[in-house]
Amino acid sequence: MIDVENLSFSYDDEDSEAKRYVIEGLNLHIEKGSFVAVLGHNGSGKSTLAKHFNGILLPSGGKVYVAGMDTTDEKHIYDIRSTAGMVFQNPDNQIVAAIVEDEIAFAPENLGVAPQDIRKRVDECLRIVHMTEFAKASPSRLSGGQKQRVAIAGVLAMEPDCIILDEATAMLDPQGRRDVMTTIKDLNREKGITVVLITHYMDEAAMADRIVVMEKGKAVMDDVPKKVFSQVDRIKKIGLDVPQVTELLFNLRNLGIDLPQDVITVEECEKILLGKLKGHEK
Amino acid sequence: MIKVTDLNYIYQQGMPFEKKALSDVSFEIPDGDFVAIIGHTGSGKSTLIQHLNALVRPTSGRIEIDGIDITDPKTDLREIRKKVGLVFQYPEHQLFEESVYKDIAFGPVNMGLSEEKVRERVYEAIGLVGLDETLLEKSPFELSGGQKRRTAIAGVLSMKPKVLILDEPTAGLDPHGRDEILGQLLRLHEQNSGMTIIFVSHSMEDVAKIAKNVLVMNRGRLVMHGSVAEVFARGEELKKIGLDVPQITELTQLLIKDGINIRPDVYTVKFASELLAKMIKETENV
Repeated sequence: MIDVENLSFSYDDEDSEAKRYVIEGLNLHIEKGSFVAVLGHNGSGKSTLAKHFNGILLPSGGKVYVAGMDTTDEKHIYDIRSTAGMVFQNPDNQIVAAIVEDEIAFAPENLGVAPQDIRKRVDECLRIVHMTEFAKASPSRLSGGQKQRVAIAGVLAMEPDCIILDEATAMLDPQGRRDVMTTIKDLNREKGITVVLITHYMDEAAMADRIVVMEKGKAVMDDVPKKVFSQVDRIKKIGLDVPQVTELLFNLRNLGIDLPQDVITVEECEKILLGKLKGHEK
Repeated sequence: MIKVTDLNYIYQQGMPFEKKALSDVSFEIPDGDFVAIIGHTGSGKSTLIQHLNALVRPTSGRIEIDGIDITDPKTDLREIRKKVGLVFQYPEHQLFEESVYKDIAFGPVNMGLSEEKVRERVYEAIGLVGLDETLLEKSPFELSGGQKRRTAIAGVLSMKPKVLILDEPTAGLDPHGRDEILGQLLRLHEQNSGMTIIFVSHSMEDVAKIAKNVLVMNRGRLVMHGSVAEVFARGEELKKIGLDVPQITELTQLLIKDGINIRPDVYTVKFASELLAKMIKETENV
């Protein structure tokens, strides 16, 4: 779906001395239909990387291909943007229309979709994000989680093969986060849409098929969540965190209790502890 | 002490979009308390804290701070705002001066303090938030995200407030930046026993890490007010109103449902580790 080949990027001018690279020599292949989380501390280059996935930023060196299209090739830019849609942190910066359904119709209108098909797409996208009853509402009167789901629907209306979410849950309350995560998991599992999720929440990253950890512009870890989070010391050294249940079992292991390292969900942890707590039943 | 009695606030009263943001909210916060306010988006959290330094006037009700009724139009608002410092969401967006020093000094300079006193205040404030002196002459815009945010907090602390209120102090920070801010708030509270700290948060983990007491808002009403342990023990109710408990609390509450005899008030990983280690070792030694 997305191929990154030897990507380098600097915000400095081309001819400035002592150029600082935000991304340096990065190679990454994101498979069609996969769900990839990208972790990294602020300034690690993860948002810069995401902005290369739909041509908002163009490489200083190397190449980025979206569905085989080179992002530096100007004639592909609209195709790239409708193939890989971005959802940003603050939905207020993304939503432009005064009515929810107009917001969702915005992209297909611009893409020249026939009016009757636009209607169909709007209805379908609202249904997917569970916002049908708010079709005629004003986005300004919605909660943060609802607005973010409208923003996602607005991206879906372009029928993209890939959605990139750049800390899209950072401003949401717990319910809003749950709703957005459920929505994107469904999009991935049921519609086969490729998802790239940039997040600071470790429990969200644990839902992905694969985690890429960025540090100083490089991908320093790249594996399934269980493998990545089992390296608790290394993750903490990078300035990140692991899910609380993973940390709990890590602490217990350090206290000499025999437990697995690769537990990342509450349910797994519950099952394992139940086996260890015989005799403590009420 | 902060005493709020029957506070009501209606946005756009008499207009088509009239909305009741706060309904009959009453509570007391003693001096030196460390309180988290949680609630879904639109539950009235931000509206509530804006009342506490008189940025917003109530539709009805009374707010007393140290016995002074701040809703009385005759009250000097400058005095209130010196006493109650408010740090907004993403406060780094408000940095505007050419140096970190000037930004932090802005409040004290406006209070009419001498140059020397201002200097003292600035150094004290950076000490409180753990910012290095060498950063003072830098532009605030050259700093990292966590440093910027601490600069903004120092700018409020330089006014020496008795009550510090922060709206989502860790939003948008990475785990390291988040732990930095939380650690600083804890130290600030320990070193200034009289200072009351109130913060709004969407992160149940953050609340569990630093707060002593919690106010829970739902649709403009105060629905719970108790210690962190008391509030998180009511996980089911919290979920119903769009909130959550820390993952570690969810785990222990599941174990209780499975019939395990474990305390319901576990909300930090550290405590859970000690407790479970003891329990598992008891099982292993049988």
